[in-house]
Amino acid sequence: MKHIAILQFPGTNCDLDTKYAFEKLNCTTTVIWHKETKLPENTDLIVVPGGFSYGDYLRSGAIAQFSPIMQAVIAYANSGGKVLGICNGFQILTELGLLPGALKRNIGLHFISKFQTLKVVNNSNDFLQKCQKDEVLNIPIAHADGNYYIDEEAFNKLEANEQILLRYSDEYGNPIVVNGSVTSIAGVCNKTKNVFGLMPHPERALENILGSEDGIKMLEGLIA
Amino acid sequence: MTAIVNVFLKEGVLDPQGKAIHHALDAMNFEGVEDVRMGKQIVLKLTSNNKEDAQKEVEKMAEEILANTVIEDYTIELV
Repeated sequence: MKHIAILQFPGTNCDLDTKYAFEKLNCTTTVIWHKETKLPENTDLIVVPGGFSYGDYLRSGAIAQFSPIMQAVIAYANSGGKVLGICNGFQILTELGLLPGALKRNIGLHFISKFQTLKVVNNSNDFLQKCQKDEVLNIPIAHADGNYYIDEEAFNKLEANEQILLRYSDEYGNPIVVNGSVTSIAGVCNKTKNVFGLMPHPERALENILGSEDGIKMLEGLIA
Repeated sequence: MTAIVNVFLKEGVLDPQGKAIHHALDAMNFEGVEDVRMGKQIVLKLTSNNKEDAQKEVEKMAEEILANTVIEDYTIELV
């Protein structure tokens, strides 16, 4: 049975949804307060969940990156451990430098909260291994700062190394502008493909009765 | 000594908030505005009175946390 460590900062609000999601997938979980300095020894995956850590003060994710637990997260990631950042977790991982690029205010400035179709760009990684390349998924988004920015040189590396995970798309998989992200990017991974970040919320897409169960095959990839 | 740190999105990085302000100014019939950039100002009251040390220290703060240098530039003014 896989064990998932879920981080909790002041202002995190998707920690319990994430716990519910992984327990539904037959994992055990520990929610870890950010002042802790150690992860459980049997951790198979760290999830940095969504929310508004430190009220998004200064920049989304800017303050959380310096929480005591993050030193353990950096060491875990650098030794090849799997880390997933969802929404605010994605912002924290880019601030920390574990993921490339940065997330700016949405074009149009609105907080966008809705179901959104996404195209799977690359599945040559643990996270999306259970999805088909070019498959279109339906996953909720809920963010104000999801406008992914990366300079051209770094973007070219990202693309060549198959680090682009997902793009916002229409129902046929054609990229669309949702928040102003460079080439509609919704999620990326690091070069060694063990740290993943995305703005959409797979943990909110587990039941068809609530709109979609496409989140299951995403999360399942990480615990396979 | 006081350090005033101004943080702005880099030239070439689209600034959605600046753009929205520009649109509003246009809608209010203010003329002659070519571009608007929106940033933030962080004012630090320092214990040090040595300008050189303060400059170095605040630069470090700006690089490590006050600005995200992937998308932002900063200026430091010591008064």
